[in-house]
Amino acid sequence: MTPGSPPDAPLFRPVAERAVMVEFAAVQDSAAHRAVLRLDHALAARPCAGFCEAVPAMVSLLVVFDPLVTDHRQVEAHLRGLLSASAGPRLRHALREVQVCYDADCAPDLAAVADRTGLSRDAVIAAHLAGRYEVAMYGFAPGYAYLSGVPGPLWLDRKQSPLRDVPAGSVIIAAAQCLITTLTMPTGWWIIGRSPTRVLTGDAGRPFLFDVGDRVRFRRISRATLEPVAPGGPER
Amino acid sequence: MSEATFRVLHAGPHVSVQDAGRPGMLRFGVPASGPMDRKSFAVAQAALGNPATASGIEVSLGGLGLHCESGSVSVAVAGAGFIVETGGQRGGSWATLTLRQGDTLTLRRGPWGSWTYLAFSGALLAGEWLGSCATHGASGLGGGNLHAGQRLTVTAARVLDPPAGPIVCPVRARPRHLLRCVAGPQERFFDQDTRAVFASSRFEVTDALDRMGLRLRGPSLVPRGALSIPSEPILRGSVQVSGDGVATVLLADHQTTGGYPKIATVLADDLDGFVQCRPRDAVAFRVIPADEAVAVARLAALCTGPKS
Repeated sequence: MTPGSPPDAPLFRPVAERAVMVEFAAVQDSAAHRAVLRLDHALAARPCAGFCEAVPAMVSLLVVFDPLVTDHRQVEAHLRGLLSASAGPRLRHALREVQVCYDADCAPDLAAVADRTGLSRDAVIAAHLAGRYEVAMYGFAPGYAYLSGVPGPLWLDRKQSPLRDVPAGSVIIAAAQCLITTLTMPTGWWIIGRSPTRVLTGDAGRPFLFDVGDRVRFRRISRATLEPVAPGGPER
Repeated sequence: MSEATFRVLHAGPHVSVQDAGRPGMLRFGVPASGPMDRKSFAVAQAALGNPATASGIEVSLGGLGLHCESGSVSVAVAGAGFIVETGGQRGGSWATLTLRQGDTLTLRRGPWGSWTYLAFSGALLAGEWLGSCATHGASGLGGGNLHAGQRLTVTAARVLDPPAGPIVCPVRARPRHLLRCVAGPQERFFDQDTRAVFASSRFEVTDALDRMGLRLRGPSLVPRGALSIPSEPILRGSVQVSGDGVATVLLADHQTTGGYPKIATVLADDLDGFVQCRPRDAVAFRVIPADEAVAVARLAALCTGPKS
């Protein structure tokens, strides 16, 4: 497949005995990502026999099945049927708000980002707040939602070496992606703020703040409004 | 209702509460976790007549010591060949025994294998996350990693009659050194020669292992220009190859997406035995077609009985 292949002609790859990877493009491509979300949505509405779960990513959808019930060929046939069916209703994605504090002690890398982008600190903050973000996928660790849509002037490669013990609730950026961390973990991304908004909500009825595809907007809060995130531990 | 309580005397790294796991959450970045060796864990629960959803303790080579502070309860130890000591008696994994107030139970590294499981005849109280006690090791979410001084409570504690006995160690619980896998899903990032090397070489288990994955030592499998591939979803059993050509098999707490190419994915049936290998053990991969892999899964299900 070459870049620019039509997203309605994906490749199907077997994964072990229990999954099919549907790949809509070989490189990062927004049309392919929309096709991933459409197929994910259609599959949720009409799951095949033996369906276990689906995992949307940037340009691919992993469909996990029970090999005692079905196999790769039958799952692929079902997915092809969904792809050829007339497009369903337009996908509706929720708009979620995430609070962020940019004060210096919450944003250890803000000065470095300003330095490297040639912007003032206030301009970095304004650019970050102006971004229109979308939950592209989850990955890496529980609740790590990769938000696409960081404005171009803020794009930076990740740091040379990761910083250890970055607290949960950190708002971090690298290239076009932004993330609100849920665990205390090392990261090589740039830490530009801290959020009291929990992606792992602790609410059993809705344990994750975002669905993949949701739109996200950041709202600035003061240091006084920021509820401190418990140091050292995962958010609960 | 009777209750038994324990104090943790010592717990090695990666000793944690587990249950059958929390599948179905990969799309939120949450791997299923659960036991590294799901087969042995299931045997430990079944030996006590517990439901397959019961929780228990996964014990690494770091070992575990418990002191029974009150009550009595029968337990089962299954998985690998650990040394099991209680009340001056020394035995091994694959046994039921009964612990009473004042008893000390010690599980430590024995002649073979890397993980053993302690199940209780009763209900081990443990924190739940997303409906499961399975511990996600890196975050501690779920029942949690065990630490010295911690107290454990078993409710509805029962004593078996007889209070001790052997458990048959099934052949399928032994370490597995030949791993059946299906090529891909990113095998195209490796040239023909590299794929042939992967399929025909011996690799060595290293001591870089935890619940997320196990790194192998062996011939270099350098991918061609793959470092810019968009992050793709990952399954337990993925053989991920880093830019320097080193292969890692991803396990119970694997990350759910990643941009390194996966040259192959190991079948679920072979992962339980694989994790029982020890550092410096040799392993090899046998690449089979996808339809044969499905047949393997169906045959394995016949051997282990219906899924719970």
